[in-house]
Amino acid sequence: MTTLPHTESAAREAAIDRQLKGLIADVLGLDAAQAEAFGPETGLFGHLPELDSMAVAGLLTEMEDRLGIVIEDDDVDGEMLETYGGLLAFARSKLNPR
Amino acid sequence: MIFTWNLADPDGGLAKEELVVGFDRGRPVRVLVLPAWFDEANKLRRFTVEVMRRLDSAGIDSLLPDLPGCNESLEPLEQQTLGYWREAAKAAAEALGATHVLGIRAGALLAPDGLPGWHYAAQSGPKLLRGMIRARTIAAREAGKFETYEGLTALGRVAGLSLSGWSLGPAIVSELETAEPALAPGQSDIAQSILGAPGLWLRAEPDEDAGQADRLGGMIVQSLAETAR
Repeated sequence: MTTLPHTESAAREAAIDRQLKGLIADVLGLDAAQAEAFGPETGLFGHLPELDSMAVAGLLTEMEDRLGIVIEDDDVDGEMLETYGGLLAFARSKLNPR
Repeated sequence: MIFTWNLADPDGGLAKEELVVGFDRGRPVRVLVLPAWFDEANKLRRFTVEVMRRLDSAGIDSLLPDLPGCNESLEPLEQQTLGYWREAAKAAAEALGATHVLGIRAGALLAPDGLPGWHYAAQSGPKLLRGMIRARTIAAREAGKFETYEGLTALGRVAGLSLSGWSLGPAIVSELETAEPALAPGQSDIAQSILGAPGLWLRAEPDEDAGQADRLGGMIVQSLAETAR
């Protein structure tokens, strides 16, 4: 396994974070500054009333398109959807499979 | 602005009456608007009519018919098929004297191939189905049930499926699994990225964006001017 130089992997991590925040902003109708304030503990599914199962399904489908990943039924669980940190960790694991 | 059109009954019964929202002033260019479907239809309702208003201001007629089983139609949705909707879209184009077609999202799947026009942010059948089934599996899991995409599509092909309150019959589930929008001669794609903002169907709460309606309307006007040259 080759390891990316530190700065390159950090840039890539930041890009995933930016893309994911942008996507949630698009779904919730937030501006960039509001989405930028999202942290690992920011609650999503079950915390935001507008984020119902239909909105989450739309979000996951758009994530597949924008990040070029496939999300299986088994991937979708409460932990992954509950917080921004959970969703980000999931996106990272899909993009950097070990 | 709201009137009706008649769709012949394929079984030879009485013609079915469906509603049309239209900006109909008898002008030479008449755009048949085929809207997004199901939940996306609700999210894009205002946007769709706003685009029609832009076209009206630019001297273009537009007609938004209800297809059987959709919107105000009295026909049962679970009896509809993609094939029948395609015929209905064609029949609407003829009945309303359309010269062009604008297919929005999955509406592009029904664009009659005899009309020039545009596919706006066209959605494929598999993606539409995947999104709707995913909403159901997520809701099921919240309720402590485990459903899968494969299990539900297999069931849907035989018995139909209820997805987010929309009852789809077995035929349309099977048809959607492979339906891809295809550009007929004289039709072109308008991607969401060109409108410079995220698609309004993504919004958890329906929203509007006058700028996007301006841009889509403007692109259609520009495209018409180019082909007229």
